[in-house]
Amino acid sequence: MAIKEITMPKLGESVTEGTINTWLVQVGDHVNKYDPIAEVMTDKVNAEVPSSFTGTIKQLIANEGDTLKVGELICTIEVIDSEEMVADTKLADTKEETLTNNKSQSGQSMKKRYSPAVLRLAQEHNIDLLQVEGSGRGGRITRKDIERIIASGKITQTTDSKRTQHVVEETKAISAIEKPTPSSLPDAQLGDKEIPVTGVRKVIADNMVRSKTEIPHAWMTVEVDVTDLVNYRNEVKESFKEKEGFNLTYFAFFVKAVAQALKEFPQINSMWAGDKIIQKKDINLSIAVAKDNELFVPVIKHADDKSVKGIAKSIYELATKARTGKLTPDDMQGGTFTVNNTGSFGSVQSMGVINHPQAAILQVESIVERPVVVDGMIAVRHMVNLCLSLDHRILDGLVCGQFLARIKEILENMNKDTISIY
Amino acid sequence: MTVMTYIQAVTTALKEEMIRDENVFILGEDVGKKGGVFKATEGLYEQFGEYRVLDTPLSESAIAGVGIGAAMYGKRPVAEMQFADFIMPAVNQIISEAARIRYRSNNDWSCPITIRAPYGGGIHGGLYHSQSVEAIFANQPGLKIVMPSTPYDVKGLLKAAIRDNDPVLFFEHKRAYRLLKEEVPKEDYVLPIGKADIKREGSDVTVITYGLCVHFALQAAEKLQAEGIDTHILDLRTVYPLDKEAIIEAAKKTGKVLLVTEDNLEGSIISEVSAIIAENCLFDLDAPIKRLAGPDVPAMPYAQPMEQFFVIDEDKIEAAIRDLAEF
Repeated sequence: MAIKEITMPKLGESVTEGTINTWLVQVGDHVNKYDPIAEVMTDKVNAEVPSSFTGTIKQLIANEGDTLKVGELICTIEVIDSEEMVADTKLADTKEETLTNNKSQSGQSMKKRYSPAVLRLAQEHNIDLLQVEGSGRGGRITRKDIERIIASGKITQTTDSKRTQHVVEETKAISAIEKPTPSSLPDAQLGDKEIPVTGVRKVIADNMVRSKTEIPHAWMTVEVDVTDLVNYRNEVKESFKEKEGFNLTYFAFFVKAVAQALKEFPQINSMWAGDKIIQKKDINLSIAVAKDNELFVPVIKHADDKSVKGIAKSIYELATKARTGKLTPDDMQGGTFTVNNTGSFGSVQSMGVINHPQAAILQVESIVERPVVVDGMIAVRHMVNLCLSLDHRILDGLVCGQFLARIKEILENMNKDTISIY
Repeated sequence: MTVMTYIQAVTTALKEEMIRDENVFILGEDVGKKGGVFKATEGLYEQFGEYRVLDTPLSESAIAGVGIGAAMYGKRPVAEMQFADFIMPAVNQIISEAARIRYRSNNDWSCPITIRAPYGGGIHGGLYHSQSVEAIFANQPGLKIVMPSTPYDVKGLLKAAIRDNDPVLFFEHKRAYRLLKEEVPKEDYVLPIGKADIKREGSDVTVITYGLCVHFALQAAEKLQAEGIDTHILDLRTVYPLDKEAIIEAAKKTGKVLLVTEDNLEGSIISEVSAIIAENCLFDLDAPIKRLAGPDVPAMPYAQPMEQFFVIDEDKIEAAIRDLAEF
């Protein structure tokens, strides 16, 4: 036995309520499904309400003359069979489950996802968002959170170098490099020119500070006799230019030699990754290209696969792109070692700053004619200094010495008979 | 003040305007002797006679066409489409003629017609008695589309529509007819067409909607108040042209915007509202603009569970507001 409810039915499209005109049944009456039980009047129609069940009228809830909303209970009926109750409880169970699921998803995943409104307000009021507790989903900082802080007047400002404990841990590494203490910064005097640090200058500055503060640099220099290489290159220079349309520079030979040596010393072609050192499979050589006040470091991909001509062509193309501002992010990515042509500025000795996160950088200095002792005699030779800066966390003097010696060997043996530019 | 249903407000406005201006007349299917299938024009035939309350043939294009012609001649017709769903045969008349005559005649002619039509679903009406058709007309400069949400607004806006010197489409929610009741002043008053109305002040989430959905939004807001969620509700009232200023202000108020319509989602009125907010409020937004609307299926189904799936109700709005509030 179960009690079923009969509600005010919907008797027309715009009808939302009805008035019980007459009850056609009394408590205790037996009714069959679809038997009329009451007459209902609405402002559109008068109609009989059929019973939805077979059973005995248990209780008449509404009185004659009462106006009830569609869906409101009018009477109850006692019926024989019942099985739907079970289904109902099941439904309730699943609902609860989804609720708990939702809750467990809240973490801090949205903590640093800022909406435009939050960013704007934080900037306008100089609020350090890292210190704000978010009340939104996933720890997101809501506009209301910020508005509350502004209203309370308890603003913790971004410029403040003292940060609360839990934030310090998170940002220690970056903040140390990013921000020199404000007191050490100079003021511009009358007549001085102030140049804002923006764009590429800012990126260079940040990268250099990062490299110099994070990487323990060590240095090493070898001098190389490239007389044969110079002779050979001078011999073919004109015809190469005529055939290919671009210059065959010394730099291409140096890059070629470095790529070859790196293949033999994979330790040099690696990166510092905190708890491990990653030895890169590809040999992608970054080269520095200067343009006015900007410095770009495009990459010759797979330099070890390329001939001298191939390298010369890559250098020519990347340099042209850099000078015309057409370098793409892809051109600048993936470098594993840097070769820097400092010789082009006339330098004979320099200490390069390592291109983070690479392990080393090689400076190729000017080729100069000098008197040197060869086989016990003084001769005039074309000499060049190669200066290596190394990340002493990854590399030591021994392997770098061997690496430089190998480059020296390759370069000193480059001559008409041993080298092919194609 | 008297308590009036939504449909009584329609009847009252019609009656008062017919008394005020003898150029006002009504035409439509069954509007005369029967008093309208929903009883919106009940008693008007008896009061004003057969020349001012015209029973027309079953031809919507004729109802619109005759009305437009009379309006251009100086009358103030109020044409009734029995259901908004049936307005389709009259679309050419409304868009090509009524909406454009002022522009086309360089201001010589105008067309002060009001076209009333019951729209909307959730009444178990199936495909031909449940649709929302406003989006079809909502990119036709020259037209105005009014969709009131309360008996008070119905009276003030219907009077404004009749007095307006250009064509106005006046869509009444058929489910609201006898569902909504409130105190309405006995005095004559008009409400401005083209102005949205703040139906509830709040600071957590802004709901922008119109028609019967305003009612559901208000109910959802009441419930959510207990949970500490404070909802701001803007009733568009006129869905074309939109009250941009009010929309921008309401969106900026909370930075979290829920747009609701019972029409299909794609290309709906709220799509345009969303674009206005995106263009003007970027730096005030705190969450993605959220739209709650009917699914993109051809029309409201007849079967009860499927209709339930299609319609927008209090629970769906409540869930959507809560979701935004928690974001």
